[in-house]
Amino acid sequence: MYKILEKERWSESVFSYIIDAPYVAKAAQPGQFIVLITRPTGERIPLTIADSSAEEGWVQIVFQVVGKSTLELSLMEKNDELYSFAGPLGTASELENFGGKVVIIGGGIGIAPIHPIARKLKEMGNYVVSVIGARTKELLIMEDKIREASNELIVVTDDGSYGRKALVTEPLDEMLKTEGENIKKIWAIGPPIMMKFCTKTAVANGRGNDIIVSLNPIMVDGTGMCGACRVTVGGKTKFACVDGPEFIGGLVDFDEFMGRQRQYIEKEKNALESYKAKLQKEGRV
Amino acid sequence: MAERIKAAEKFKRNRVPMPEQPPEKRVKNFDEVPLGYTLEDAIEEAQRCLQCKPAACIEGCPADVHIPQFIDKVIDEDLEGAFKEIKITNGLPAVCGRVCPQEEQCEEKCVMNKKGKPIAIGRLERYVADWAREHGVGDEKPQKSSQPKKIAIVGSGPAGLACATDLAKLGYDVTIYEALHKPGGVLIYGIPEFRLPKSIVDYEINKIKELGVKIITNYIIGLTESVDSLIEKYDAVFLGNGAGAPRFMGIPGENLNGVYSASEFLTRSNLMRAFDFPKYDTPINVGKRVAVIGGGNVAMDAVRTAKRLGAEDAIIVYRRSRTEIPARAEEIEHAEAEGIQFELLTNPVRVIGDENGNVKGLECLRMELGEPDESGRRRPIPIEGSNFVLDVDNVIIAIGQSANPIVARSATGVETNKWGYFVADEETGHTTHPKVWAGGDIVTGAATVILAVGAGKKAAESINKYLEEQG
Repeated sequence: MYKILEKERWSESVFSYIIDAPYVAKAAQPGQFIVLITRPTGERIPLTIADSSAEEGWVQIVFQVVGKSTLELSLMEKNDELYSFAGPLGTASELENFGGKVVIIGGGIGIAPIHPIARKLKEMGNYVVSVIGARTKELLIMEDKIREASNELIVVTDDGSYGRKALVTEPLDEMLKTEGENIKKIWAIGPPIMMKFCTKTAVANGRGNDIIVSLNPIMVDGTGMCGACRVTVGGKTKFACVDGPEFIGGLVDFDEFMGRQRQYIEKEKNALESYKAKLQKEGRV
Repeated sequence: MAERIKAAEKFKRNRVPMPEQPPEKRVKNFDEVPLGYTLEDAIEEAQRCLQCKPAACIEGCPADVHIPQFIDKVIDEDLEGAFKEIKITNGLPAVCGRVCPQEEQCEEKCVMNKKGKPIAIGRLERYVADWAREHGVGDEKPQKSSQPKKIAIVGSGPAGLACATDLAKLGYDVTIYEALHKPGGVLIYGIPEFRLPKSIVDYEINKIKELGVKIITNYIIGLTESVDSLIEKYDAVFLGNGAGAPRFMGIPGENLNGVYSASEFLTRSNLMRAFDFPKYDTPINVGKRVAVIGGGNVAMDAVRTAKRLGAEDAIIVYRRSRTEIPARAEEIEHAEAEGIQFELLTNPVRVIGDENGNVKGLECLRMELGEPDESGRRRPIPIEGSNFVLDVDNVIIAIGQSANPIVARSATGVETNKWGYFVADEETGHTTHPKVWAGGDIVTGAATVILAVGAGKKAAESINKYLEEQG
């Protein structure tokens, strides 16, 4: 069940796993996510699908170690088996030939989920300009793959250690200003703060309805049963797991969304610290 | 073997009370509240049964349990015989003995109820089922036909399990698809441990697996695979996926941190075992004062869970009066004994947050009762200017569920009504698609475990008839 077929470490805290999950792979489309559990006492972790192969029956996930559960996931090895792996969940990205340029922005591990979207959009005949960014060079992932999936690639880092020293919003703003209506659609996937500011940039250029963001709120079941992932979109409550995870950025209440992500911050911190202490005692770190 | 007592004596005796954990102890643990009858208790209670023919109690049972027959065997201490008698029609006796609203069903119809002392049928069913589990008494393995027809069941809750059990017993090849990582549906994620221990659910599900039923977890029909595809691959399909989408009130402040749907709150605690955090990784936040909005069984489950998770004040906020509360009498009594507070004739209008976006209060209006509405209950009317604020750290919304659209939108030719529930024949569960049946909450809207069991059984019977006709 759900064997880890390949494990790669892409940076200090970013990992890529290929998981044996033929049913999920068969149905997966760009924009969708999965929920996994490492072991029976674990929690349900939602992760966007980075890539998949229906023919070969695998699904790729890319994650960053941020808490106890992701740390534990990162300590699993090739051939280990996950306790649960369910999906694909959520609605797929609405992709078509938009008849012009499409800007695809990925930040941090958000670069992984933009890959299938960019690839598909390019296949459909769009002119894809991808912008990928990270805090620093070491954290920048998938550059070659994204380049291949795009017609143009812009790389930025916050500290200028690689590519252009800029935030992803800067090239976006410049393109919107110089190319205007020639840019038909924008995708922005990454940390909430990045998506918020990409949306702000789009709104400032009168394009708030043309930017799509992928929200990753706290979830439990991921199938519309509990409502933990509710977000306000266009003044209405939506469930990110069923109605999303992609929404029109200009309609999202980002402040509420980001506030809701902090609900368990204390418990998460304590759980991580005591887990690290346990690992240290066992001599595992 | 115990003696049969005279009718006059039967009328004189009282119901044998159920031993329980004392309230002050049980609010500190998640162990089951009722402790179960002893053999002596069970025999004494069984002796009161009038053995009516025809038996009115059976008419009140959606699963048609052979009630007088199994009770008679209890008097003889033939507990294995009693268990087999129950199992003829009911695959989940340890569950039904605990969570059925017997007072509205078998016990309501019991002739002894005219004197206010119906036979404690549920307690006896539970006793027999628990005895069988403790003594390893199981079912006889059904004979599978050499080339059995294949049936797919969507959802492993009470409807799906009941349907699967009956079809497996008839020799069919049955596969259940479950979206979550554990089978059982509402029995696992919804009903708390203190009312239905999960070890009992696991045991009963294992017994169903021993009948040859396959259960595939982590498989979301509608996303991993469509109903249309199941229809192609199987000879018949039963949809028992449950209502499964929480309702919110639509009042301001509902998305503040600290507001939960009852489904989320109970799923965290029951399925994910957040009550045992950090041993289990899923967290739950319960403050000192918790308000639960609603008056049904789910509201009672949520408020009693909050109390056990450390809430000093756990409060039910319900818009009508005590008489109209829809929860089972037993649940309300248990809640009251545990110190749950009731703010009746009270309707929330706004959740109030602090500067960090956390809940700090629930603004409510007092209500009064007017004329009866279409439900036959007196309609609550707000008293103008009666606004007040309950200081609370959490608000849990338990006002019901609506239909989750995931399954339905992948089912071509299976009609739904305007609320998104499947349209199905009341007697057979047959939908508008010739190969598809449906039952449980996804047909009726949120109801009870036993009604779902009944619907699963009816569908199994109808599916069998259909497949036999197909030859």
